[in-house]
Amino acid sequence: MIYREAGDFKTGYRDDGQTFPIRLDRWGYYAALAVAFGIIPFVINDYWANAVFVPFLIYAIAALGLNILTGYAGQVSLGTGGFMAVGAYAVYKLMTAFPEISVVIHILLAGGITAVVGMLFGLPSLRIKGFYLAVATLAAQFFLVWLFNKVPWFYNYSASGQINAPERTVLGWAVTGPATSAAGKYLVCLIFALLLAWVARNLTRGTLGRKWMAIRDMDIAAEIIGVNPLTAKLSAFAVSSFFIGVAGALLFAVYLGAAEVGEAFGINKSFLVLFMIIIGGLGSIFGSFAGAAFMVLLPVLLKNVLVGSFGWPTDLAAHFELMIVGALIVFFLIVEPHGLARLWALAKEKLRLWPFPH
Amino acid sequence: MKTKLTALVAAGMMAAAPAMADLVVPNLSYRTGPYGANGTQYADGFNDYFTLLNERDGGIGGEIVQVPECETAYNTEKGVECYESTKGSGALVYNPLSTGITYQLIPKVSVDKIPLYTPGYGRTSAKNGKVFEWVFNAPANYWDGASGAINYLLAENGGDLNGKKIALVYHNSAYGKEPIRTLQDLAAKHGFSLTEIPVDAPGQEQKSQWLQIRRDKPDYVLIWGWGVMNQAAIQEAANIRFPMENFIGIWWSGSEVDVTPVGAGANGYKALTFHGVGTEYPIYGDLKQYVIDPGKASQGGEHVGSVLYSRGMYAALVISEAIRKAQELAGTSAITATQLRDGFEQLDITPARLEELGLPDFGPEIKMTCDNHGGSGMSRMQQWDAAAGKWNLITEFSEPDQEVLAPLITEDSEAYAKEAGITPRDC
Amino acid sequence: MDQLIYSAEIFLNGLMTGVMYALVALGFVLIYKASGVFNYAQGVLALFAALTLVGIQQGQVPFRHLINAIFGTHLESFGWTLPSVLAILLTAGVMVLLAVLIEKLVLQHLVGQEPIILFMATIGLAYFLEGLGDVMWGADIKTLDVGLPQGISESIESVTAAWFGYGFFIDRLDIWATAIAALLVAALVAFSQYTKQGRAMRAVADDHQAALSVGISLRFIWVMVWSIAGFVALVAGIMWGTKSGVQFSLSLIALKALPVLMLGGFTSIPGAIVGGLIIGVGEKLFEFWIGPLIGGATENWFAYVLALIFLVFRPQGLFGERIIERV
Repeated sequence: MIYREAGDFKTGYRDDGQTFPIRLDRWGYYAALAVAFGIIPFVINDYWANAVFVPFLIYAIAALGLNILTGYAGQVSLGTGGFMAVGAYAVYKLMTAFPEISVVIHILLAGGITAVVGMLFGLPSLRIKGFYLAVATLAAQFFLVWLFNKVPWFYNYSASGQINAPERTVLGWAVTGPATSAAGKYLVCLIFALLLAWVARNLTRGTLGRKWMAIRDMDIAAEIIGVNPLTAKLSAFAVSSFFIGVAGALLFAVYLGAAEVGEAFGINKSFLVLFMIIIGGLGSIFGSFAGAAFMVLLPVLLKNVLVGSFGWPTDLAAHFELMIVGALIVFFLIVEPHGLARLWALAKEKLRLWPFPH
Repeated sequence: MKTKLTALVAAGMMAAAPAMADLVVPNLSYRTGPYGANGTQYADGFNDYFTLLNERDGGIGGEIVQVPECETAYNTEKGVECYESTKGSGALVYNPLSTGITYQLIPKVSVDKIPLYTPGYGRTSAKNGKVFEWVFNAPANYWDGASGAINYLLAENGGDLNGKKIALVYHNSAYGKEPIRTLQDLAAKHGFSLTEIPVDAPGQEQKSQWLQIRRDKPDYVLIWGWGVMNQAAIQEAANIRFPMENFIGIWWSGSEVDVTPVGAGANGYKALTFHGVGTEYPIYGDLKQYVIDPGKASQGGEHVGSVLYSRGMYAALVISEAIRKAQELAGTSAITATQLRDGFEQLDITPARLEELGLPDFGPEIKMTCDNHGGSGMSRMQQWDAAAGKWNLITEFSEPDQEVLAPLITEDSEAYAKEAGITPRDC
Repeated sequence: MDQLIYSAEIFLNGLMTGVMYALVALGFVLIYKASGVFNYAQGVLALFAALTLVGIQQGQVPFRHLINAIFGTHLESFGWTLPSVLAILLTAGVMVLLAVLIEKLVLQHLVGQEPIILFMATIGLAYFLEGLGDVMWGADIKTLDVGLPQGISESIESVTAAWFGYGFFIDRLDIWATAIAALLVAALVAFSQYTKQGRAMRAVADDHQAALSVGISLRFIWVMVWSIAGFVALVAGIMWGTKSGVQFSLSLIALKALPVLMLGGFTSIPGAIVGGLIIGVGEKLFEFWIGPLIGGATENWFAYVLALIFLVFRPQGLFGERIIERV
């Protein structure tokens, strides 16, 4: 009824190709931005920031990164945790070595370093495909974790091998360290997430993105029509790792504040981010956000409902949480293998005709 | 519809808060995941002691103690979520039973001004109260444990470890790496050689490590393990017929769950501890009467009296004594977290007081001050008797080698102060 | 000289460890071959099987925590201890039931989906089974004892001591595991070569469409394959459970089996065995020779790096089917 595109005329290719072609969507997007910047920072408290918004935004960045590699370029990776660790340790070394430079630059540099490492571990993808590649990326996961655990230089020779984020400010606001306000943490993650989503959107609809998708759909055919698999695959690894590296840097510096590589960046992280993109939708920017929201919110929600409202013992609740998450994953895959993004698209399709379907 | 859903989600996201008037001591436990078997027993002991206080004495100083439990699964992110969701309800003190979560919380508690009590784990240099104003780790920390084990071996060898070979099998994480520097210094002091053998988590496959031990034939093996790594190590040690009495674990490697799966082969295995074990203390009469028999025991009271249960109970005991002290100092029963910090800093649990509490000789004397947040660091040795299926205490409480430890603690805490930009306070 | 003797000991132990890895990898291969599903839940299946075995053998009441929490009862156990063989048979029955349920509730609805979707579904399944295992039997560490011996084999030690002047350490459990694995592989090969169902299984593995058109019931074959994989998981669970107790970490052995699969190829039973042996020996020798130079604890990643290097030269694994791609 309200969701209509009648009267929304497109008079040029530019209008036709925009991200939100329907006016109402565009308004919705602006409204969401207004709420995100104009309202949430003023009402957010520590609990909402640390349990919900900050992890959601950081994982959304990681999911965007993995989605570029897996969803757009078709290279399944289980090395996400290891690459996040590269970002985290890179930002730690940079923060402690050059305290006078802005932490924002450090985070971007950490992404760059991760991109180089990612390309290195992406090289085997030129020979290895499918599940063999997925398992091969686990080599990166385990090797990187071992490396950061073993070489004391990475953790500045501290006794236990833990790294701690020192306090750094942006424009006078603390964004890392214990004194960071909830709004500060939230805003820095929000800005990174939005900028990177914008980059991802524009990369994936440009030449590079089309090359990636050609490789994904059939790499031999893509090669024959003139896509260079070397540059296409490696650029996918580089861009993807950049995103994941930024996510790792934010996770350590802004969210956790202290990290231990085996625990914070273990194999579970790799699986978690993979879940996000599959539940959210492979090859979809919106899907990355939806998947991250789903996987961050669901456990917190279940825990609070089961323990808080029903008063169950915490261990039973935790076991049931596992069962429910597992069952929901299977359920989603059965109902809609293309994820939440596809469900969202279908719902919009229905809404456009409602209440008078054909 | 959508707003309803959002409201429902929002309601679900807000954790149920306990009534503000009570004393709130959250229990950040883990009963699932790779270390769930260990975490369960500890959490039960922690819960049961407070239940006992509530049922028998009506709480502490007339205030009921609430112990909201939050599952962390030994995962730092869930730990942070638990911390944030409980701190709003007036939490007085945190005891997360995870070195990783402790490191996470140290900067946060200093800003939120809530004490963090980490008995026998966490950051060792938190003993220095000048730098770590809000963190307490009495009665003993990892470095005390390392020194305690070496002291025990010194006593066994007539004070001389020259030329002896000692191997350290450790969990390859922050926790396992903690004792290395202390042991290296002690090796230099006493002239023994130290071999470091890391085991990656989870550690159920340790064949290489134990083949190495079999080849090198060290005189003694120390272990810093947790979870399945402990059983696997004790099993492999039994398999290669390493003499169990020369195999010593830190307190986290010395509970029933670590030795029972190995059966008779584990007989004679030793482990450090900083508290008593078993149900032969007067308090268990009360516990049975007020907690177990009425069916109020945490998880049905399956583990009462086990090593980890006792440790959880001991942690609860120290916290409750600190609360009592704080109430006395503040002159009010409804204390705040800051007042509890003062209570911890002036805490003095004498042997006489332990006897009053129904736990004679259960733990060492704990005396904390403004600059000493770690107590005396005393520990004792226990030995597993497989036939009887119980741990026997074989030494009295003894002091670690402060001569080696004190400079290390100063050095590490000062490094932290510099890194975090803290000016140590005057005491 | 000493180094050489030590290496020989480590080599032998590596072979034995490799067999243990191969036992887990076998389950993966069976399912992948017959249905193209990369079954991540294999490790959790092993955990679930071992938990069920202990539960049945010691007569624990399933779901007792749940029941006690809801009804306030104090159920503990039925108070029996079953003989090992009976308990193993009953557990095998449970695994077959599980296979039927998995086929009915999950796989049947996902026919024709892309491999990655099926893979994700098995991860979801892994989560579910992990939670279910904990709810059914509790999360404490359980001791599994079906009468397998453990500890050093003294005869091998004395023989090698006489030959080399240094007694080798071989765990008796490993010797048993090797024998049982050999038996299992022989049985599987015989089953797939000489029985009607076995041939049908191979036909399905070869080509789903063709198999359907000659009247083979795909659903039956899938249930069968998952049952067999469940049984293999049970055997692996018994071995690993005897070794280090039955608890959560048992499911992580799946991670040890993945490099074995890469190396041996996802579709080859002999590949799983040979891959297991190479990984077992490789990681142990590397830890012995190179480990001390770079700080040790290399085993977790070395297996993967070794497999990765192999793959760069042979992208389909040692025994995998050659990948032929056409546009």
